[in-house]
Amino acid sequence: MAVSVISITGKGLNVSSLTSKSFIERLIQEDYKFFTGVPCSLLSGLIYELEDQNCEVRYVPSVREDAAVGLCVGAYLAGTMPVLLMQNSGLGYCLNAFTSLNLIYKIPALVIMSWRGKAGKDAPEHIIMGDIDQELLKTAGMEYSILSEENCEEVLKKAKQKICNEKLPYTLIVEKGLFDERR
Amino acid sequence: MKGAEAFQELIPLIKDEPVVHANGFICRESFTLKDRKANFYMIGSMGLASSIGLGVALCKPDKKVIVIDGDGNVLMAMGTLAMIAAEAPENLIHVVIDNEVYESTGSQRSISSKVRLEEVARSTGYKNVLRVEKREEIKAAFLKLKGSAGPNFLLIKVEPGFDPATGRVTHTPEEITDRFMQAIA
Repeated sequence: MAVSVISITGKGLNVSSLTSKSFIERLIQEDYKFFTGVPCSLLSGLIYELEDQNCEVRYVPSVREDAAVGLCVGAYLAGTMPVLLMQNSGLGYCLNAFTSLNLIYKIPALVIMSWRGKAGKDAPEHIIMGDIDQELLKTAGMEYSILSEENCEEVLKKAKQKICNEKLPYTLIVEKGLFDERR
Repeated sequence: MKGAEAFQELIPLIKDEPVVHANGFICRESFTLKDRKANFYMIGSMGLASSIGLGVALCKPDKKVIVIDGDGNVLMAMGTLAMIAAEAPENLIHVVIDNEVYESTGSQRSISSKVRLEEVARSTGYKNVLRVEKREEIKAAFLKLKGSAGPNFLLIKVEPGFDPATGRVTHTPEEITDRFMQAIA
């Protein structure tokens, strides 16, 4: 397990120390308090941190990505800011939920979506979605950023603005290697 | 019993509880009979009323949360029954109006005439499960489930026969969000 070092400065998290643990702590600090999703190996470190018995927030393992969208909607309606973690393969399942629920009801969520199939280098089942997932988000009018150590603070701020002001879901795309993978 | 009769029996039993409605005639019957700010009318996203209700119930443990679902919705999201049973919120009551058809789209048959949805709920681990087929059984069954720690499941078998003249939800989706959030805050 990676040793995490969190260092909070006046400007927030020191970006050179982005780990699964520090990122989850940062999200909690940003008042995201309800987490659900369907796992991806690229997000496994994050989910381990959420399932840690000392973690102060709830992670609800969802059976499907669209059901996780429903859970997030319920949490938001009840006053708790939700986070949905999923692989990009789940985006197809979620599109109807996003378009006929979140986008028309103005119900936001932070979506953390792993990017399998990047640049055509992955297992066959990931290649097409890896190529079109960002186009799908754009077509649906859903903004996103590709998360990195360097832009973490900036995109969290942007996501918060979208979520709080425009009440729209915002997606952070996670590439392989950004967070540690655990089994 | 017709679906409308089930609503006439059920709706007066609801006090100040948040209620999440499945799309189609579930929304329309309830809206027409008694519009309430604590009603969330899910007009699209078929299948997700149960997961929305679960999210509300988990984040508002001090409130009884009611989901009024349909057989088509439950069949579409059967995995959510398992999720509800696994999370086991004591404050969730899942009511299913089962007319064995997709009535809003022209009464095409669903498969709930062959699959007992309440038995699915029971086997996933809902705490209390009841099935009623007569209008006069609804009140006692609902009040029993409301008074018992959940998650609880009430299946109400009804005949198809929705009146197409029943109103449609007139609030915009954004209005539905705002008033529901204010009502349950």
